[in-house]
Amino acid sequence: MTASARLGAVLVGSFLAVALAAPLLAPFDPAQPSLSENLSPPSLAHPFGQDRLGRDILSRIVYGSRASLLVGISTVAVSLTLGTALGLFSGLAGGWIDEAMMRVIDVLLAFPGILLAIAISAVLGPSLANVVIALSVIGWTGYARLVRAETLSLRERAHVESAIALGAGPSRVVFYHVLPLLAGPLAVQATFGVAGAIVAEASLSFLGLGTQPPAPSWGAMLNEGRRFLLVAPHVALFPGLAVFATVLGINFLGDGLRDWLDVRMPVTGYGLPAIKKTSNE
Amino acid sequence: MNAALRRALLALPTLFGVATLVFFFIHLIPGDPVDVMLGEAASAADRVRLRAALGLDRPLLEQYVGFLVHAAHGDLGRSLRDGTPVSALIRGRLPATLLLAAAAGSMALAVAIPLGAISARHRGRWLDSAATGFALLGASLPNFLLGPLLVLPFSVWLGWLPVSGADSAASLVLPAVTLGLGMSAILTRLVRAAVLDALSADYIRTARAKGLSEPAVFLRHALRSALLPVATILGLQLGSLFGGAIITETIFAWPGVGRLTLQAIDSRDYPLVQGCVLVIACGYVAANLLTDLAYQRLDPRVRFGRREAR
Repeated sequence: MTASARLGAVLVGSFLAVALAAPLLAPFDPAQPSLSENLSPPSLAHPFGQDRLGRDILSRIVYGSRASLLVGISTVAVSLTLGTALGLFSGLAGGWIDEAMMRVIDVLLAFPGILLAIAISAVLGPSLANVVIALSVIGWTGYARLVRAETLSLRERAHVESAIALGAGPSRVVFYHVLPLLAGPLAVQATFGVAGAIVAEASLSFLGLGTQPPAPSWGAMLNEGRRFLLVAPHVALFPGLAVFATVLGINFLGDGLRDWLDVRMPVTGYGLPAIKKTSNE
Repeated sequence: MNAALRRALLALPTLFGVATLVFFFIHLIPGDPVDVMLGEAASAADRVRLRAALGLDRPLLEQYVGFLVHAAHGDLGRSLRDGTPVSALIRGRLPATLLLAAAAGSMALAVAIPLGAISARHRGRWLDSAATGFALLGASLPNFLLGPLLVLPFSVWLGWLPVSGADSAASLVLPAVTLGLGMSAILTRLVRAAVLDALSADYIRTARAKGLSEPAVFLRHALRSALLPVATILGLQLGSLFGGAIITETIFAWPGVGRLTLQAIDSRDYPLVQGCVLVIACGYVAANLLTDLAYQRLDPRVRFGRREAR
């Protein structure tokens, strides 16, 4: 494991621990205002300072990690399940079904990911669940393309042809001979997918289309803090650093995972595209 | 048929799909456009009149066909706010977005090609580590964080560049860097990987065996062929620049189509949302098409039929 992958594991582990143990770690109630102390700079009692309503920024970041984790994991779970199922179906069925599926994906990929997410969030209304739906509508396409391409190549392999010749049914072929070989590339893509979903959630909340106040969200906190950049830069800085550290950690971990599994990846989905690994690295 | 023309024709079904999706999407938005225009206190008779004038009383399928026909002629309807043609509003904002995307793309290339090449040339040394580190940091910094982070030192503390707006050439610097940094990080990684791949190819060994100098081998052979995959990703990334522009334009109050889209969503101006989304998606399709055509021009080995055969 490389040093950067280890750092990534530490950052991601900290993020998970903070999100899961938020009530134990947050020093204050994240929604508790203290108007007399609004925009106070960092102090011993409030290490990250206080926002425009005097709420403790550290506590809001701790609780805000839950929104990021929830959206990251849920979006990837939905996209991965849907994309894998449709990609397998498309790759194995071939013919017009495969053609139709590819055209649908072409149309969805004709929209910049964040634009479609903004449009869907505007249609469905701003909420965390709708953010997951909006991101999954686009997210599945990356997994479907990857699984389809791998399936097309795997179905020509000798072990799959042998299994079919021996009378294995489609479900046995899929679950025993195709899916296990897809696990590595999918794990790498899912890791980058979590980072992409966290950035997308924060972007939507930044634009007012994600998590709604008073619930804490890193993107919404950053947007609010932007207005006080001149007088209280800490209001925007700390939530921004939280997003950055989390995404950096996941990217480090994804890079390490890709090297470890020796996976060659196409550029897919939203967020950080995974760049193919060179043969001489 | 000419391969370029065939590739261009292949984009038409995608554009049709995009237009269809946009139309039905917009009609799913809760709320009545007539309410937006007249307010909730308007009389029933006024509502019926306006509904008929806008064609909203017609069956959905008829509205859809009308939308497609009008869109094909460049008519994207009228804004609900003041009746201005949507196409005129977008035309007014499009140059600013294109300028921003071009500046961000140029900056990304100007950083990524030398940095990726240096990184590959000095593989395993500190220059490589620094370039790789930059690429990972840049790719992990979202626009909405990078924007304020740049504003603070360069606008607020040093006063060198404007905080927002588009009044001078200096106004373009921070939005372009904000939008282009993520792209430059991705391209740096790609250039590095492509140069490393190229350096291990047989024709490089041949070039060295011929006695060519190392700089000539590197610049004329390795880097040149490594730029082919970069061209492909550049097209995809140019498309995502249009998406990223929505956030960047909002941060810097840049008067482009991205900001117009968000303003239209805020004011529930459906025809304007529809037009903006359609234009951005078409820009994305066009960027991909141009990439494919450029790829063909750069690499004569590429044959469309073979590339698209699955």
